[in-house]
Amino acid sequence: MTLRTSLYTPTRRGLLKAGAAGLAVAAMPGFVGAQAAPIKVGFQLHRTGIGASYGRWYERTAQAALKLINDGGGINGRPVEIVFEDDATDPKRGSEVVEKLTVQAGCDVVMGTLFSHVVIGSAPRAGELKVPYLVCSEGYHVASGMLNRWTLQPGITDVRSQIASMAPWVSANLGKKVSMIFPDFAFGHDHRDFFTAAMAAQGGEVIAQIAIPPTETSFTRYFPQIPAETEVLYHVMVGPAVLTFVKELGEFYGSGAKPAMFGFIDSLEAVDTATPGLEFLEGSYFWEAHNRVKPADAGEHEAAYRAAVGVDDNGASVSDAADVSTYSHMFSTWETLFFLKAAMEASAYTGPADRQKLVEAMEAMSDMPYGIERPQGAKLFNGRTHQVFGTQNISQVQGGKLMRVHQTSMADGAYEDAVDYTATSF
Amino acid sequence: MSATAKVWALHLALLAALYAAQFLLPPYYATNLARIMVLAVFAIGYNLAFGYTGLLSLGHALFFAAGMYGMGLPGYLLEWTALPSLITGLVAGGAVAAAVGLLALRTTGVSFMIVTLMFAQAGYLTILYLAPYTGGDEGFVIEAAGRSIAGLDLALDGHRYTFALLLFAVALLICLSLVRSRFGRTMVAMRENEDRSRMLGYNPFTIKLTALTISGLYAGASGAAYAILFGYVGASFATIQYSILPMLYVLLGGAGTVIGPFLGAALMFTLIEATSGLTSAYLFLVGAALVALVLFAPKGILGTIRERWVRWLP
Repeated sequence: MTLRTSLYTPTRRGLLKAGAAGLAVAAMPGFVGAQAAPIKVGFQLHRTGIGASYGRWYERTAQAALKLINDGGGINGRPVEIVFEDDATDPKRGSEVVEKLTVQAGCDVVMGTLFSHVVIGSAPRAGELKVPYLVCSEGYHVASGMLNRWTLQPGITDVRSQIASMAPWVSANLGKKVSMIFPDFAFGHDHRDFFTAAMAAQGGEVIAQIAIPPTETSFTRYFPQIPAETEVLYHVMVGPAVLTFVKELGEFYGSGAKPAMFGFIDSLEAVDTATPGLEFLEGSYFWEAHNRVKPADAGEHEAAYRAAVGVDDNGASVSDAADVSTYSHMFSTWETLFFLKAAMEASAYTGPADRQKLVEAMEAMSDMPYGIERPQGAKLFNGRTHQVFGTQNISQVQGGKLMRVHQTSMADGAYEDAVDYTATSF
Repeated sequence: MSATAKVWALHLALLAALYAAQFLLPPYYATNLARIMVLAVFAIGYNLAFGYTGLLSLGHALFFAAGMYGMGLPGYLLEWTALPSLITGLVAGGAVAAAVGLLALRTTGVSFMIVTLMFAQAGYLTILYLAPYTGGDEGFVIEAAGRSIAGLDLALDGHRYTFALLLFAVALLICLSLVRSRFGRTMVAMRENEDRSRMLGYNPFTIKLTALTISGLYAGASGAAYAILFGYVGASFATIQYSILPMLYVLLGGAGTVIGPFLGAALMFTLIEATSGLTSAYLFLVGAALVALVLFAPKGILGTIRERWVRWLP
């Protein structure tokens, strides 16, 4: 048996061809980038559990931002990949997911999600793993100092800022005497405490605080507690009982005189405001971070953002008008991804060994102008408290649609720092 | 080899394997194993009440949460150090179980299940109601200082694993000794025929109360350990889900078997881990697996093995 071997002898012409091909590849950064190892972003997602409607839209929005980033060449010449993992809207699972994404999936950073208890339950593990944990939660838990150096909230303002910025307009336009109806757990308590203080600062007064137990399914018996002199009824009920709440409130007041009503859109995220049973909300006001119904004077990037995510001018899916988005929260995933991109580029991030450098670059960020990276509006990031600040909107239900009537200034939502994370250790 | 020697050899071999696992497994799986061991302690306790004594409780989330808050609150509110906080958690689990047992054990069967469920729900709502102290539904983080015992930082992976293994070993060996003791046999007697036991001179109420209290101590130890090892205390651990989980672990592994709860916890954890990466409908797959178990191995995995092949399995 003869073993045949073939030795390749390069010719001059062949070498020239290979060299030309090499130069051509080097001249195509996009192509090279596509070949580089991707930057992996873990995403802890409410795919199941009570936060599932938010999770669905968080995923769509993040995917849209991801496409835009990759179409633009990725980050530092590398493509970006998102690894989604369901946290079941549960803090125990959330902590496990942070670990799975970081250790097993090898993600460079982890993005956190909406529900505060999941974020608070997960942040300690992120701190132990020393992985940047960028949350889209709007809770005050980051800026309060409860969490750690590795946890930041760069894509959405926190509930304290949101609530405080409502008081000047409510006080000046709706009335000075406010009665509050809120669920008797942490979300409701934040509204109770921050809005009461903010109204007092405006010369107003909260004259009744009516806490509804979390297991309550009927509300009629609480309504007589609303004082007759109430000028503004502030309500922040959430969950499936909202429809019952509104319907019973309508029956309580009937066609007689009623106070002005002000609420937070959290009550009606992913719910069509023209839903039968919600007619009583006609004329009432809501906080919105990002206007679900596209305002006539919307910024130049609004249309591109909606098109990228697949949302129509009414805030519903372009493929299903009944699939209403969580428009006032989901932009946070988009803006967080672009914040991450800017920080990775500023720190010349190359891999997990640069994570500390990455957090320091994030802490150094401050003014962030309006643009396609921030379709909700300009932001100011406070590196000491790891919290971003921005503008808010107040909308009125007109003909079953939320129409913007006011936009706050960034200063309306400012408050003093409660923590300086930059002085804490990694 | 005598049956007793086989029993001890099996259980010590399990502990030895778990000790070795921390050096053999990648870090991600080692941390998950630490989680499984802590949850298995909860399930072992549940098994003492349900598997051995026949007390079908839906209130164990309350005992787990009592341990968790018993451990977390002294540090959160009073700045206690970790060790006394941990002991407080353990005692809280047992004390709450004893208090619930004093009232709930006046009932039996389905009524007992409903009454324990009501107590657990009341406990959950109390945590929400006392939000200024408990952090409400959001819960609170345990500071680094509160997670260190005798200079050992339990937030570090190696220390966490060792602590979880020690806790599990103590829980497993106490359980093994207990179920093989005279008292263990009276527990089984309560499950098998309470009236006949009474006729023989035993006081079912005392025995069941003792079993439930011990079960509560296990739940409390597990809750306290979970808090200190993973740094978070929250009301979601007091929801009914955490009463059902140990029941599922026990049913899967084998009710009335000493190792069954660990096996059930490990399998359930692994099942969720594996399927969640495959499909968003992973809970459906978990449910299907449980239905298959009920159909084909109603006594759980180790229960079936004991019935068919290994009669000496405790």
